[in-house]
Amino acid sequence: MSVTISPRKLRREFVKKVKELSGQNLQLCYQCGMCSGSCPAVSNMDVSPRQIIELARLGLEEEITNSKTFWICASCLACTVNCPRGFDLSRMMEAIRLLTLRKNIDHIRPEDISPQERCGLPQIAMVSGLRKFTG
Amino acid sequence: MSLAYYPGCTLKTRARNLEQPAVASMEALGFKLNEVPRWNCCGAVYSLAEDDLIHQVAPVRNLIRAKKQGETELVTLCAFCLNTLKRANILMKEDIAKRDTINDFIDEEIDYAGEVKVVHLLEVLRDELGWEALSQKVKLPLRGLRVAPYYGCTLLRPREVAIDSVEDPTILREFLEALGASPVDFPESTRCCGSYQVISSPDDISGYARLILDSALSHGAETLVVTCPLCDYNLGRGQKELSKKSGFREMPLLYFTQLLALALGLGPQVCHFQLNHGSPELLLKEKTLIS
Repeated sequence: MSVTISPRKLRREFVKKVKELSGQNLQLCYQCGMCSGSCPAVSNMDVSPRQIIELARLGLEEEITNSKTFWICASCLACTVNCPRGFDLSRMMEAIRLLTLRKNIDHIRPEDISPQERCGLPQIAMVSGLRKFTG
Repeated sequence: MSLAYYPGCTLKTRARNLEQPAVASMEALGFKLNEVPRWNCCGAVYSLAEDDLIHQVAPVRNLIRAKKQGETELVTLCAFCLNTLKRANILMKEDIAKRDTINDFIDEEIDYAGEVKVVHLLEVLRDELGWEALSQKVKLPLRGLRVAPYYGCTLLRPREVAIDSVEDPTILREFLEALGASPVDFPESTRCCGSYQVISSPDDISGYARLILDSALSHGAETLVVTCPLCDYNLGRGQKELSKKSGFREMPLLYFTQLLALALGLGPQVCHFQLNHGSPELLLKEKTLIS
């Protein structure tokens, strides 16, 4: 992917919030790609986990929030346990999700889940899913 | 011996086939699982945001109830509950500032500082009973049953809550060996099933399930053993979708507690196989483990 970097696009406030919410030092990452390599959902993402970290460091908020990557992440923590730098990407993904959800923009509505699916879902799926996708 | 026990929501409804064989089996092994009074939902997922303390209240309340009972250990069966309670416990033990805020907010009679140890039932079997003692209690060895142990995510990640080695877990293999079954190691045993994505991206779930199930099948497994009600749901649901396409063979799923109950000779009546995906009774009859 190619992105245009310019001072006008850079969102320092976004970087600051991601750092605060995730508690992670974005500078730890040296872009080895272990996170993308160990992610079981990477083939369904439009921007890879490694790229998300770099975009966040560059303060490119729009490129991140326009991607679907952080909504595809299942918080399985494969990236977290495999990162050689001790960077917890699952916390960064959560921070990015929350920055949208806290604007009162939910990712899903319970009524969007098909009635057939809803009848079969165990509580654990509803509780965890609504925790991750609604504000 | 009595053990404080936290069931969690799903075990009382959809996953009765996880809970009831566990309760019966533990009794047969000389342990009584005592439910913590007035337990509430743990929240299912641990909050990963630094400033989000309100979602720690639910798991911490459960830990406080266990402490109030004078318990030093709390046993869980559901892998999600284990993860959420154990991580909340670590937070209360290690982060003094957040602990104080949460204790002040909750305002129950006692404060909490991580005194209760959260463990999974498999750990009780391994560490408190021991595989040797378990194998001696087996009345119906699960001979010839080729079972792929599937761990999923939450028993093993993050590292600080893992019940076994993150890279090369063996606890389920050892458990199956103690029951006389034939464990089938396969490389996708810790790969995520898609988890809560089932509510927002249900179409992706069959893809995640296929990788896991095909791998288990190609390594010679006849069934997959699971510990988590969400893994069970996603892997079962994924098979239903996949069976509409050609070239996919369905595989029955079993909870580890069902195999335990069968091996202890408690019979199918405590196992609620009607709640399982893929009718495991057919396979179990074929192996003469049920009639």
